[in-house]
Amino acid sequence: MNDDLRYVYAVCRPPAAPLHADLTGVGGAPPRQLTHEGLVAVVSPVPERDFGREPLRAHLEDLRWLAETARAHQNVVAALATVTCPLPLRLATVFHDDSGVRAMLEDESERLHRILDRIDGHVEWGVKVWLGAASADGDGSGDSGSAAAASSRAPRSGRDYLRRRRAGNAAREEALARADVFARRLHGDLSRYAADARLHPVQSGPLTDAGSGRNILNSAYLVPRTWSEEFLELIGRTEGTRPGLRVEVTGPWAAYSFTDDPDAREEPHGGEGAARQDAGGTP
Amino acid sequence: MTTASRLPEPYPQGGANLADILERVLDKGIVIAGDIRINLLDIELLTIKLRLVVASVERAKEMGIDWWEDDPALSSGARRTALARENEELRRRVEQLEAGTGAEGRGALDRGAGTTDDGTGQDGRGERERER
Repeated sequence: MNDDLRYVYAVCRPPAAPLHADLTGVGGAPPRQLTHEGLVAVVSPVPERDFGREPLRAHLEDLRWLAETARAHQNVVAALATVTCPLPLRLATVFHDDSGVRAMLEDESERLHRILDRIDGHVEWGVKVWLGAASADGDGSGDSGSAAAASSRAPRSGRDYLRRRRAGNAAREEALARADVFARRLHGDLSRYAADARLHPVQSGPLTDAGSGRNILNSAYLVPRTWSEEFLELIGRTEGTRPGLRVEVTGPWAAYSFTDDPDAREEPHGGEGAARQDAGGTP
Repeated sequence: MTTASRLPEPYPQGGANLADILERVLDKGIVIAGDIRINLLDIELLTIKLRLVVASVERAKEMGIDWWEDDPALSSGARRTALARENEELRRRVEQLEAGTGAEGRGALDRGAGTTDDGTGQDGRGERERER
């Protein structure tokens, strides 16, 4: 097993309660806790043939591998979050051996402690607002727009076609504007119940369920565990108040969206500048 | 249709949406330099690719990223571009043929117009083939 590398899922503070014995990590090995000077790294051995530099790069281009690995990563982080407030690492943070992990804990100690302080006692809730496909389209013919709308009932004339098309566009725009107002208000209300909030780019790719409609809001809230119930009730109260709009809640997550350094909003570790543009504040 | 009526359960994440998981695990979470480092360019490329999968195209465009528009695997727009390119190539070829052999080309067209019977017959066949 000397070829094995160390995959790190998250960092937390000791003492973390023992993880479930059946829990398996990326690659199927059970994760364990590696403690060093007041910090715990949750690690599991992964084979070099999958996580060495070249194979890892190849794997990362493979969406199936990526999905499987991402689920395994999240699985461990989620299990950890039931016993502590872990600081989740980005996918595929890999070291040669335990001493490499210890060195990292030492080098990054200050930053890790700052972020752990902020997320302590909190969970992350994800909130998305969807505008139903029917409302988004004005007349219920899907998101493909006026062409599909027109073909469903053949227009009597060119003028009729244009009239319908204009009406459809106007209805769509109105529905969008209403959805936007609702989303802003919801985000404002929820932010007041949260220690921190982040706006993420709306989801629209092929992984998004086609029946979900149009994503209007995609946000994350760092909420004290003890407020979670009120937070969810607040969302529950909006249920059914806006026809055509659906609010989706995910979580509780580990504080994935709140891992930027509170003392250095300018991320010094690179590659995050763009991702931070959507961070914080009301829309 | 919210899940809000359900109170915080300890991680019912087994069924969590892949887009939500990828969004967090790949795009959020703290970045720490490990021993196994992948070329930063590759990581950025990956992140951009995933943005396209989980995040909005408009957003990527705002960021000035639009290379996927030319990647047929990623975009129907690229397929359109490919078609447009093919069209242009064909148009150029037609121009070349028409211009390159001026009189001859016109002659060919004239001949085509002259032999009406043959021409319509061929056109008809062509159309039928297209319909199939």
